[in-house]
Amino acid sequence: MPTAEETLDEILKLAAAHFKVPTEKLHPDEDFFKTLGINSLQTLDLLTKLENHFRVELPDYELQGVSDFRTLAGKIQARL
Amino acid sequence: MHERKSETTLLEHGSANALSWIIADGVIELALHREPCNELGSSSLEEFEKFATALQLMQAEAHALIIYSEMKAGFCAGADLRELYQRSRTMEKSEASKGVRDFLERIHRVFNLIDAAPLTTIAAVHGVTFGGGFELALACDLIIADKMARFCFPELRLGLIPGFGGIPRLKRDLGNAVVRDLLLTGRSFNATKAQQIGLASQVVSEGEALRSARATAAQLGKFDHATAAAAKKFIKPIPLEELRREIDLFCELFARPAVEVGLRKFVESTDAQPYLP
Repeated sequence: MPTAEETLDEILKLAAAHFKVPTEKLHPDEDFFKTLGINSLQTLDLLTKLENHFRVELPDYELQGVSDFRTLAGKIQARL
Repeated sequence: MHERKSETTLLEHGSANALSWIIADGVIELALHREPCNELGSSSLEEFEKFATALQLMQAEAHALIIYSEMKAGFCAGADLRELYQRSRTMEKSEASKGVRDFLERIHRVFNLIDAAPLTTIAAVHGVTFGGGFELALACDLIIADKMARFCFPELRLGLIPGFGGIPRLKRDLGNAVVRDLLLTGRSFNATKAQQIGLASQVVSEGEALRSARATAAQLGKFDHATAAAAKKFIKPIPLEELRREIDLFCELFARPAVEVGLRKFVESTDAQPYLP
């Protein structure tokens, strides 16, 4: 099983590739809605990407209010 | 016979704002293309009714129907809630309730025709397949899902239940516990999960759902049309009584003030997950 830091790193890489931004532009504790400027449909896309990549199921209500990559990584890590 | 043939020729393709269709080699393809994500409102319904009429004329010459979306965001985001909200605000309560019932009766007629059509129907879905969009896919015989497809019944957030036949059809196809999970939590789930629970027959790579649906339709064309239609009729009953009760329950719930509050919250929401309460 990957460590929490490895999971976080993977998420940052995935998000950067998916939204076509440099990885260094994304920071673990920043609000990714603001950084990426994503809307609700793009949020769903990201959720599906993460579920497919990590082979987990993330009920979206558990992600309500989650807006930074570190907290998101914690939610995924809990299901690995 | 000649007259019917020319009528059919006229219906070999049709095009309007929300959808268009074409028939070729025994396969009808219905493309959905209303911005932003094929929301089902009154104008879409009129076009679906035209398609339903055409389908009844075309189905003798077709063995398959594929429904897909040309919108990037997904297959269909469900009912046009903005239109519903506007109407519920501007109309008298009784008039709005009557309008809702009329809309439901009409969309049920269309979905029931698709459900029972004597040809094999395939929903090729990607992205958002929510609410009424999910219900349209459930009316089809097979769901072929792009791996980025996402399904959801978010209606409870509005104080409603799915109204386009979703619960009876989901219950027909899946176990009651799964139906309760999807309905009562209102959570969305991906194509892999849809396949695990027996909802999606195939999960394919991004952008491949329509191609796979076409390959499946070509395969279906090798079977005797009448046999396939008889097999479908035997295995796929239309839950008419439950569909009727669903309309009644939806209308009963729609009359409550909580619905207008839920609709307003959704319409005015700038939240990243507006489909969640």
